[in-house]
Amino acid sequence: MNEVSLFGIFVSALLINNIILMRFLGLCSFFGVSRHMEVSLGMSMAVIFVMTISSAVTWILYYFILLPLNLEFLKISTFILVIASLVQLEELFLKRYIPHLYRALGIYLPLVTTNCAILAVAFLHVDYNYAFIQTVVYALGVSLGYTVAIMLFTGIRMRLEIAPIPEPLKGYPTAFFIAALMSLAFLGFKGLFGL
Amino acid sequence: MPKLRSFTNGLLRENPVLVLVLGLCPLLAVSNTAINALGMGIATTFVLTFSNLVISSTRRLIPEDLRIPVFVIVISTFVTVTDYFMAAYFPPLHRALGVFVPLIVVNCIILARAEAFAYRNSLIDSLLDGIGMGLGFILVIVTIGIIREVLGNGTIFGSSKFIFHPGLIMVFPPGAYLTIGFLMGILNIWNSRRRMKR
Repeated sequence: MNEVSLFGIFVSALLINNIILMRFLGLCSFFGVSRHMEVSLGMSMAVIFVMTISSAVTWILYYFILLPLNLEFLKISTFILVIASLVQLEELFLKRYIPHLYRALGIYLPLVTTNCAILAVAFLHVDYNYAFIQTVVYALGVSLGYTVAIMLFTGIRMRLEIAPIPEPLKGYPTAFFIAALMSLAFLGFKGLFGL
Repeated sequence: MPKLRSFTNGLLRENPVLVLVLGLCPLLAVSNTAINALGMGIATTFVLTFSNLVISSTRRLIPEDLRIPVFVIVISTFVTVTDYFMAAYFPPLHRALGVFVPLIVVNCIILARAEAFAYRNSLIDSLLDGIGMGLGFILVIVTIGIIREVLGNGTIFGSSKFIFHPGLIMVFPPGAYLTIGFLMGILNIWNSRRRMKR
């Protein structure tokens, strides 16, 4: 098992290897939903919720079923199917038991299935050989990193709505430039706490 | 639909990346050198073409309600094949692409083409569509790869240096966002000029 401390894993996932700005995962939702603060917040909550649970479940699945049966090569097929059905289950569960949360997250949950960051975290914890607790902390760090990035990005983007921008650069190109500058800023976290 | 049309559609008019803005993650993440970009492009094209082929040839057997899970299983099978093939024959490339090889499975281009094209069209058309869309993806990802490698490292496909003060920033993540932003801006200018002429 990997020897990195829990704090190291958390900070590295949150800032140094920020999932969006440094690792380029989950970009579709990042650029797609980041027009309004409430929407970004809802999406982030859904990502935190689903990512933490799904990485825990895929960890159990991988080390207790796939590995003992020598079925590692089914990793890709199993993980994607498990995550897709897990999101459905979580949706049903929330609807039945925590309707309050369901109303807040409802429309974002299905969108999360197609968020490649969720699947990536499942593959990455296998690659990094994380133990169970490390995996959960890692998933929390990654999803909070997603939240930080998307909230900052939405703030800047909403401010730019009223700024004069050259016609051909409106929309996606400007969004990419903002992301470039943010990513430049996050590059500065490299070496933080000696990580 | 004429055969040639389904092939050339993906190259420019319906380019999966620039026009439809699909599959951004691999596009930006592994385009830091031209070689990585080409490897990713070929792997994606392979999966796209073969999943299109299989889905199109079995489309009468796939029940309407179950089609998405079936597509996902077909796609993930070809991704697994690609993953293991790369790990066996091109280990350095496999290491460089890392988690993005298994993530081809959630590349929206592939599922979108399965759903929108292969499930409704004949075998030959789907084959051509897969190759065309794949080439469209390769075109863009390799262009970005070359730009980033030339500006960031001063080389093309790992050749000897010909720019002596490259800006390393282009190889780092911010460079990817800058390059795609500029490319899209240029495409917008080009499109609006063309519209003006008409």
